[in-house]
Amino acid sequence: MTRIAISSEGPGLEERVDPRFGRAAGFILIDLDTMEHEYLDNGSSQARGQGAGIQAVEMIALAGGVKAVLTGFVGPKAFQALQAARIEIGQNLDGLTVREAVERYKQGRVKAASQPNR
Amino acid sequence: MRIAIASGKGGTGKTLVAASLAKVWDGPVMAVDLDVEEPNLHLFLKPEFGRCEEARIEVPAVDEDRCTHCRACAELCQFKAISDLGRVLLTFPEMCHGCGGCLAVCPEKALMPSSRLLGEICFGQAQDLRFLMGRLRVGEAMSPPLIQAVKRASDGFLPGAGPCDIIFDAPPGVSCPAVNAVMGCDATVLVTEPTPFGFHDLKLAVEAFRPLGTPLGVVVNKAGLGDQDVFTFAAVEDLPVLAEIPYDRRIAEAYSKGKIVAEALPEMRYLFRGLAVRIQGLARPALKERRYA
Repeated sequence: MTRIAISSEGPGLEERVDPRFGRAAGFILIDLDTMEHEYLDNGSSQARGQGAGIQAVEMIALAGGVKAVLTGFVGPKAFQALQAARIEIGQNLDGLTVREAVERYKQGRVKAASQPNR
Repeated sequence: MRIAIASGKGGTGKTLVAASLAKVWDGPVMAVDLDVEEPNLHLFLKPEFGRCEEARIEVPAVDEDRCTHCRACAELCQFKAISDLGRVLLTFPEMCHGCGGCLAVCPEKALMPSSRLLGEICFGQAQDLRFLMGRLRVGEAMSPPLIQAVKRASDGFLPGAGPCDIIFDAPPGVSCPAVNAVMGCDATVLVTEPTPFGFHDLKLAVEAFRPLGTPLGVVVNKAGLGDQDVFTFAAVEDLPVLAEIPYDRRIAEAYSKGKIVAEALPEMRYLFRGLAVRIQGLARPALKERRYA
């Protein structure tokens, strides 16, 4: 089973990828083999003054078994935390739907980022 | 007696007032620059600096071998300066506010005190005047811990003399840095200007500082400019207007050359002597209370 997390504007696969990682509305955790997915709400990040990105990484890491995240922009601290948690990062995927981003990842067309893009 | 020279709006004349007051003050006095992000009071008072000390804040260091990932520290930290990712405990020292909570709650003693450099505290002397300033490290985001450290240093800085009055040149604004500067003072002087900007930020300053319980007074700089709103506000809010510094090109010229206005212009010397007496009157009740507390 390969699980990845996508920052999403809502709970469905037709939602758009949320361009912000740390302050994404939520994350869709999806099993790439079965396409079964669940939604983690991240609304509480809006209330955070700082540390939203780190908080999001914690949530995803604790959900367990997540190999990669797909999102728009990842800040430097979230990037550091994702690397520490050994989670691959696919960024600049804003503008796509969650399903499109997942398909692109499955086709091997998402390159793992080596540095934060904001 | 501890006096804070503060303002909501920046550039209203805090440093001009602080430097002149320090020069005309009766009795032993110390001038302390708490605008640690951009200290400039020394440019006017021109102290000779003696020693400079590093100021540091306690941050946690992790002993990975002892950590059982119980998450107690990560759940306590409201700033996400320490984050547990299941198999890794990660720290972000630059986000740490130094509360020490994580070290206190760790049941495994897996966290040890380390530190982050905040900046430096410089001690100086300008003739009879004692001088102290903080200077924030370039790249450091948190000034309140350094401001607190400078204030602690000012309490202990008494080379060869008895106690003295302290004039604090506060940072601008009404958020944590300014509040930390004003806290614990016997009087706060709000320097403003009679413009819509000055008026707007004076209201914010009164709202922010009044709950601290320190008596407030207003100095209107560039008086003659703008409108009457700050004066009306001061009257309605029962804030004494301690001085009006006229809008005068000669003052700006003296200041721009690094001169102390109270020394450059005789009538300003007179004005600031009056201001000093009024401030002392404003601070006296609080001072008494503090002495007998």
